[in-house]
Amino acid sequence: MDVYADILVRILPGLKVTLQVLIFSAILAIIVAFVAGFGRLSRFKIIRFITTIYVELFRGTSLLVQLFWLFFALPAFGIQFTPLFAAIIALGLNYGAYASEVVRGSILAISKGQTEAAIALNMTYWQRMRIVILPQALRIMLPGFGNNIIELIKGTSLVSLITLNDLTYHGLMLQNVNLSYTMPVFLVLLFVYFLIALPFVWLVRKFEKNVSKGVARI
Amino acid sequence: MTWNWGFAIEIFPIIASAIWLVLAVTLGAYFVAAIFGLILTFLRRTKYKMLTYVTNGFIEFVRSTPPLIQLFFVYFALPTIGISLDKYTAGILTLGIHYSTYLAEVYRSGIDAVPMGQWEAAKAMNFSKAQTWFRVILPQAIPPVIPMMGNYLIVLFKETPLLMAIGVHEFLQEAKLVGAEYFRYLEAYTIVGLLFLLLSYPSAMLIHYLEKRLKMKKVRG
Repeated sequence: MDVYADILVRILPGLKVTLQVLIFSAILAIIVAFVAGFGRLSRFKIIRFITTIYVELFRGTSLLVQLFWLFFALPAFGIQFTPLFAAIIALGLNYGAYASEVVRGSILAISKGQTEAAIALNMTYWQRMRIVILPQALRIMLPGFGNNIIELIKGTSLVSLITLNDLTYHGLMLQNVNLSYTMPVFLVLLFVYFLIALPFVWLVRKFEKNVSKGVARI
Repeated sequence: MTWNWGFAIEIFPIIASAIWLVLAVTLGAYFVAAIFGLILTFLRRTKYKMLTYVTNGFIEFVRSTPPLIQLFFVYFALPTIGISLDKYTAGILTLGIHYSTYLAEVYRSGIDAVPMGQWEAAKAMNFSKAQTWFRVILPQAIPPVIPMMGNYLIVLFKETPLLMAIGVHEFLQEAKLVGAEYFRYLEAYTIVGLLFLLLSYPSAMLIHYLEKRLKMKKVRG
């Protein structure tokens, strides 16, 4: 048991970095998701076109490739990000693209009658969104967002590959120095990541139950 | 130091040569995921409560922990208890088992959509359990979820760069080596991104088309 306590203490500094990456990239992802989600539903063709390209570009290539591109390839243009900044941007933009589909899908899921009723009441576009559509769409979005956050937590382990000293990185260092720790180190890492994800697993379940609660069936 | 077309064209074949390996790993892992996912689906539906709990726990755990750590666990930690796998097997098994938990969920949604009457009819015909599953339920449960299964094939394909962490020479690893040799990374990593886009986008379009056709079929009855 001492081994596990020892490992836990030594990788704990990495937890701070992992949480930092997680929180900032989650905030970025949610902002991007709403901007891109609304962009894809825009009246203007050019905005729809640009956001579609962004979403397909980030969903069509893999996260690790984007991470490497931002960190190792971008310096060719004279832009050198710190590992932390590159990690937050890559994770935020990647999961933002996935979450934008959640935003778009949820808004489209609200029945057309709601929009028509809001227009009949002489509401402006923003009033319609703020008062009628979004409050209904949000509850549909929540389980999707929760799942995206779980994927994001899993994605944060990749930042160790661009030299950021997160949980995974600390674990690998520890394993390198002390090979007898190999098994316990990776077990501890698995459980720590699981513990970070667990609240969101529960939240998603709760949200999924809530989606259909108190909504009239048509 | 900006984009150099000559250099890009020169190194493209080197990076692209990894395509057969990447496809083999993707298909291998997908095969594992499809079979193991089906096993998980059966296990969580048995009448033994304990087995259901264990299976559900396993699925939840594997789904919510990073595949990268799982890969390290399989490749570095398992040999310490006597299970040594080469990097390709380790990669295929890890990705396969990770995505089997997603496919188990897909199978479940398909099975849940089969009307109760089909189960009852199979029982009334005195079908055995195996007959009920393989002749009645699965042939109706799988086709509607094929687009979803296709989506996971693409997701799995995009997850293969992970294997560079244990030294598998897939696209990203090749690009890294080429980049290190000439100390130019821009072209190499851009080509990798392009390759992923070129391979995954048309496949995604194909699946989207399949999905649409399936929906139309349903409407037409």
